Amino acid sequence: MSVQKDYDELGLKVGLEIHQQLDTKKLFCGCPSDMVEEEDRTVLRNLRPTESELGEVDKAALMEAQKGLKFRYQAPEGSSCLVELDEEPPAGPDEEALDLALTMALFMNAEIMDEIHFMRKIVIDGSNTTGFQRTGLIAMNGTLEVNGKEIGIPTMCLEEDAARSIEEKDGEKVFRLDRLGIPLVEIATDPDISSPEEAKEVAQNIGALFRSTKSVKRGIGSIREDLNVSIEEGARVEMKGVQELDMLPEYVEKEVDRQIKLLEIKEILEERNAEIVDKIYDVTEEFEGCESGIIQGSLNKGNGVYAVKLKGFDGQLRGDEGEALLGPELADYAKKTGVAGIFHSDELPKFGITDKEVKVVKKKLEIEEKDAFALVTESEENSRDALRKVIERAEMALKGVPEETRQAQPDGTSSFLRPLSGEARMYPETDIPPKQVERERLKRLDEELPERPEEKIERFQKEYGLNEQQSEQLFKKGYDVLFERLVERYGSPSVITNTFLHTYPDLKKEGYELENINEEDLERMFKRFDAGEFAKEGIPDLLQEVAEGRSVKEALKSAGLETVSEEDIREEVIDLIEDRSDFVEEREMGAVGPLMGVLMKELKGKADGEKISKILREEIQKRI
Amino acid sequence: MVQREALLKDAKPGDRLKIKKDEETYEGVLMPIHRFSGEDIITLKLDNGYNVGIKADKNTEVELIRKSEEEAKRKEKKIDIDESKSTISILGTGGTIASYVEYRTGAVHPAQTADDLLFSNPEIAERCRPKVEVLFSKLSEEMRPEDWVTIADRVIELFQEGSEGVIISHGTDTMGYTAAALSFLLEGLSKPVVLVGSQRSSDRPSSDAHLNLLAAVEMAKSDHPGVYVVMHESMSDKKCAVHKGTKVRKMHTSRRDAFESINDEPVGFVDPETGEVDIEERPKKGEDENIKRKGSMEEKVSLLYANPGLTEEDIKHARSKEGIVIAGTGLGHMPTDLIPALEEIIDEGLPVVMTSQCLYGTVNGHVYSAGRELKEAGVIFAGDMLPETAMVKLMWALTLDEDVEKVMKQNIAGEYTERRIR
Repeated sequence: MSVQKDYDELGLKVGLEIHQQLDTKKLFCGCPSDMVEEEDRTVLRNLRPTESELGEVDKAALMEAQKGLKFRYQAPEGSSCLVELDEEPPAGPDEEALDLALTMALFMNAEIMDEIHFMRKIVIDGSNTTGFQRTGLIAMNGTLEVNGKEIGIPTMCLEEDAARSIEEKDGEKVFRLDRLGIPLVEIATDPDISSPEEAKEVAQNIGALFRSTKSVKRGIGSIREDLNVSIEEGARVEMKGVQELDMLPEYVEKEVDRQIKLLEIKEILEERNAEIVDKIYDVTEEFEGCESGIIQGSLNKGNGVYAVKLKGFDGQLRGDEGEALLGPELADYAKKTGVAGIFHSDELPKFGITDKEVKVVKKKLEIEEKDAFALVTESEENSRDALRKVIERAEMALKGVPEETRQAQPDGTSSFLRPLSGEARMYPETDIPPKQVERERLKRLDEELPERPEEKIERFQKEYGLNEQQSEQLFKKGYDVLFERLVERYGSPSVITNTFLHTYPDLKKEGYELENINEEDLERMFKRFDAGEFAKEGIPDLLQEVAEGRSVKEALKSAGLETVSEEDIREEVIDLIEDRSDFVEEREMGAVGPLMGVLMKELKGKADGEKISKILREEIQKRI
Repeated sequence: MVQREALLKDAKPGDRLKIKKDEETYEGVLMPIHRFSGEDIITLKLDNGYNVGIKADKNTEVELIRKSEEEAKRKEKKIDIDESKSTISILGTGGTIASYVEYRTGAVHPAQTADDLLFSNPEIAERCRPKVEVLFSKLSEEMRPEDWVTIADRVIELFQEGSEGVIISHGTDTMGYTAAALSFLLEGLSKPVVLVGSQRSSDRPSSDAHLNLLAAVEMAKSDHPGVYVVMHESMSDKKCAVHKGTKVRKMHTSRRDAFESINDEPVGFVDPETGEVDIEERPKKGEDENIKRKGSMEEKVSLLYANPGLTEEDIKHARSKEGIVIAGTGLGHMPTDLIPALEEIIDEGLPVVMTSQCLYGTVNGHVYSAGRELKEAGVIFAGDMLPETAMVKLMWALTLDEDVEKVMKQNIAGEYTERRIR
């Protein structure tokens, strides 16, 4: 409760943007929306920022262009065509994809537009061959109830997914076009979310709604979350590319920590009257004979060493205990110009740079007690570009938290991606005529509306005898559709529920890769289970084997679960009774419990407990 | 329509409006009516950048928040011109190579001024001393034969004024026709005339316009006299191919590398990044600066597409013309029962030229009887000349004071290729 209060006090506001891939054809051509392994033919392209009517190039667009990259596109013929290559105007939009987007809008009681106009959103990082993403606003002002709280859904869009980034080499960024054009429904929430945990719950709810349409993609990367995080004194930071729902709270917490830290630094800088010195020093001479391998390597290439003075920044780049402060922030900006990184005074002497060099640089830059400096070693032009970025970012530190778009990292942190882009980066996609949404269409979709999550949760309880919590958990974790399919075919709802809600988390905890267990594996497993080939106790062992890459058939063997026939069980039971004949005579039917324990251990998983118990009772009965 | 017009009364595109419909309120900037919008749809640009269409009905109310602000002027930029570099003229005639988008409405405007073109491609000034002018602003499909003559005259003047090369920016659909026309009209050419266009309009970040233009500049700076089309060689932004003006044809509706040399190899290739112009046979630069226009264009020429459904009527319709080019089937054939009608026309003095709709390969009037009959009827067989080039050439030949058949059979601007290897 106290944690929640902290976030209230900080004025935490979180908004989500959820992108879900649809399992239809691509949005603007007839290509299948399959990801493939082939590279196929490749095409090399450049993108140039276009001039807006004011003759000014967009800030974010310019930053990408500064990097001067070339883009190579792999165009597998099975899942991309001339449209993805930007060699043919788009068709569409795909009617089925539009139906799904409209269904989501109906679910959220949103206002659906009478006519949808697709727009071009400028993106020149290479992820779209056109240099823009096509997106259309489908509906506005929907709502979603999560734990009794109403979350606003201001916009719902239907848009195309971007190309898949493969690698970056030889100055080329390589993308594959299989993903480009896969329909995405983007759902944005208002910043109504006020705690890290709530962010996850809202995302789970939206994910569940998507799955109830049964036409969305599943698996890694098929649903992606962007976060908007801000605290009262901080700034709006957009975080892109969160792929793991469970990590949402961690991203929020870490971003809040980052903003708090930046605000503390701002106060310290203010107290010290820190300021920015807009001057770049050439300190190449000072580094002659320096032992650092990095510096020497660079100087041998004919590069120089350049420095900027950060007046009042001492101790604010890296903390006394080595904790990262402004250092990585400055480095992130510098790296955007293509340099490998920066050195700064809080981390020196290190990397072969000795106290001697630090002293001469300090002398040259007239560094005083509370001042810091940053170094770059590259060609003069590149170094100056990089240091100008360092100056730019340092200047922002005086004001606190800059508004920016950051890339989510797998460890829960994030790194600077680009300045927050303005809203004006959109103009009409003139190649696609406006799409009218007829009333008849909405009427039809409303009639065909899939079961709402809350209805389903209730039905599961009635139909399959689950309790409310089980039913809800199945749903939130996304197993509801698969659960129902398995139960319809093979019965045993409680065993299947247990598998998803208990066996799965246990296996994950033990480090097994659940991704390796696919739906077909589960189908095969429960089919055999239904046929009585093994007992429910064997499921965890069996899944362990499957998670390690074995087929269900192989797993049955290697887990030692090949079925024991009734005769074999009876033999085992008789052996045991004879072994313990005194005990059986003494306890009569009372011996069933203790002997069951022994038998279960020996036959674990190979035979059903009920069956063993029945045989045991029969055999004891014969003897008394 | 009544609802929308009544509601919008004096509102103009660019005005800020509030639209109330049922429970909902939308605020944004009014956009022009979209040609393909549904009935009574009002298009608003919302503050989040999206355009949305709202259907006006009885319950819709429109409130004017603010009248449109003066349209912001494009920022004036200065481009440094290096006077010591060679003078290359860039003649704008229209098309998407020189267009810009108005972000507010999304409307794409063709470049109206020379500066529009130069400002969006400032690198041109690093490679030459550009002299940019807009002759007219026509889409490809608006271009008429008389425009070819206007372009030719202006090109001659530009050379006389000291240009080292002339670039003509042109819509791609009929660029091949203009290239062929200039090839015939310009006599005594000692410098390059380069036609260039784009398949992705220049308002898009992925436009091919920029690369094509830079390649055109390099080709125009080279000392290869002639009329050329310079466009992407492949789907990659790498090299541009240089095609001879009489052998080039647009062979794809939308790809960047739509232009191909037919029955011939490209003259060469340009690497716009390095500026390297790679042309095998280097025609000698002519000493003669005496460039002039030869002939003009006779518009009354028909291009007939032979096909099994062609009737005598179709042939007779062409009677009012001054000449006919047939894109024949295969080796240069057409339904034989129409040959008498054709012969009648020829006897009346109309030249009839035979080419092939196969495009690749040459016509031949000796292999089959249909061909022999056509030859006997007096049809001029035009070898491997493209149907469009033959049409342009006939338009031109008809304005000369020479024997039309003789002119048509003479190889004047590389429109015939002696040997074909593909």
